[in-house]
Amino acid sequence: MAIIEAHSIKKSYGNLEVLHDVDLSVQEGEILGLIGPSGSGKSTLLRILDLIEPANGGELSVFGIDTVEERGRWLDLRRRMGMLFQRPIVFNASVYDNVAMGLRYRGASSDDIDRRVKGALEAVGLSRYMGGRATDLSGGEQQRVALSRVLVTGPEILFLDEPTANLDPGSTATIEAIVARLNREEGTTVLISTHDLSQGQRLAHRVAVMIEGTVAQAGSPREIFHEPRDQKIARFVGVQNIIPGRVVSRKEGLTTVEAGGRRLVSTTPPPAEEVELIIRGEDISLHRRKPGYEEAENLFPATVTAIEPMVPFVNVTVHCGCDLAALVTTRRAEALGLHEGIEVWVSLHAKAVHLIPREGPG
Amino acid sequence: MNGSPIIEGFIEAIRLIITLNPQVVEITIRSLYVSLTATFFAALIALPIGALIYFYEFRGKHAVVSTLQTLYALPTVIVGLLMFLLLSNIGPFGFLRLLYTPGGMIVTQTVLIIPLLMGLTVSALSGIDRDKRYTITALGASRFQTVTTIIMEARFAVMSGVLLGFGRAIAEVGTVMIVGGNIRGATRVLTTAIALNTSMANYSMSIALGIILLGVALGVNIALSLVQRR
Repeated sequence: MAIIEAHSIKKSYGNLEVLHDVDLSVQEGEILGLIGPSGSGKSTLLRILDLIEPANGGELSVFGIDTVEERGRWLDLRRRMGMLFQRPIVFNASVYDNVAMGLRYRGASSDDIDRRVKGALEAVGLSRYMGGRATDLSGGEQQRVALSRVLVTGPEILFLDEPTANLDPGSTATIEAIVARLNREEGTTVLISTHDLSQGQRLAHRVAVMIEGTVAQAGSPREIFHEPRDQKIARFVGVQNIIPGRVVSRKEGLTTVEAGGRRLVSTTPPPAEEVELIIRGEDISLHRRKPGYEEAENLFPATVTAIEPMVPFVNVTVHCGCDLAALVTTRRAEALGLHEGIEVWVSLHAKAVHLIPREGPG
Repeated sequence: MNGSPIIEGFIEAIRLIITLNPQVVEITIRSLYVSLTATFFAALIALPIGALIYFYEFRGKHAVVSTLQTLYALPTVIVGLLMFLLLSNIGPFGFLRLLYTPGGMIVTQTVLIIPLLMGLTVSALSGIDRDKRYTITALGASRFQTVTTIIMEARFAVMSGVLLGFGRAIAEVGTVMIVGGNIRGATRVLTTAIALNTSMANYSMSIALGIILLGVALGVNIALSLVQRR
């Protein structure tokens, strides 16, 4: 069952339209990664889903309750959710009082508060600071206080707005581990926004990409990274090769596309006649000689035109009618003895060539 | 130079303070009483209204806040004149018989510092940033809990405003002179006594009262810095 169901959500601040036509459904118990460039509206969307501020239009149901119809129930619904923000936020009070805030708002008994706050501080390793001022802690510690403040309330849905953007790797790992465990053991539904693609992949069962104020694509991390729906998504998820081409034929489940005089085959059914080929650099293999046995459908010679180190990888650009950027490991590049101007053989599976319709002129 | 009236005055002033000269003590106590009471009533009125201005959106909110900020620098003699007219026999509140009484001075100083306290309350609450307000909402605070949490979070900044208001009240001479009338044993306070004694060449008394007034100002400043360090 969808625990959050949003349709055509709109949000503007004055004349600035931040969100438009947002459709998103979140399943109970999943971790959904919300990825997208800065300014694409991730934080605003999370605030709207957490009922911190209202949308200007659209439909939103949370826990199966229509939030547009039932404005009177927002506080109750909000108390079943929790949110952690990007900037560590603590209040000018003791660590204990900070963590107790949500429970006090809910009118919990002081015994209950005491037990849960102590347990929560134990869990994030901050027991020794309990009586100290929260504002005296370091950024990473403050963020852990903020996280325990959310977790003591036992949220059924947890929103995390770029929770580790400002943190050191150690604090990041702690927070990621806590979130993953919470999801696994308590079945908490988690929405995490991040512009860190690897974090999105590491934690999320499903990923939604936000581009320019709307959810452009949602699916498994595999789908998003290998079969982006359009150019902007492809660029954001780090596809090195986006090459214009023209569909020539389609037979036996393979589409033949001509790009810069070179014919490539793809397993994607032709989405249009004018297409873009989407190829991830790491899917392209380079060989010194023509391989004797190669199961990749695309196999052709090319010339190395540029080599750019990106430790632990090397970005190798080859020319074969069109330019292709291949990502090979530094060791493999050394083993192949790559240098500019040499001839190599390129192999590429038809499955690794994804086709999208070409947008507009050029 | 020995025998300088200033040095002699200074020595005499120290003696007046150390021996707790009855006149010095009486004037100091009255001054503190008038200004502390005025600050108390001003805070009682200005803090809730300042909070209302901050928490409620209404047309002209910006204009109200700008007006308050302009009134910070309201000349005390203008407030004195206005309150004199209101409290005198020809004014609408003449029947209260507050003119030339400590009560009248308290009312006048209250009026004087209300804009300051109100404006500083609004700025203190505005100092709580957007992310903190989002956090409070996200933690499940009701409307009332949100208001109390924000006020609690801004408590030190609000207290600074109150201290500044008291500093302005105890140090001003314009309203207490006009409305109080500087009547010996009745409405004479530190500032008016200094003005009078100086004009009568009674320097030692002036210096003694000046040292006390400076001490009070210093005390306010120490309290302010303690509060602002939180």
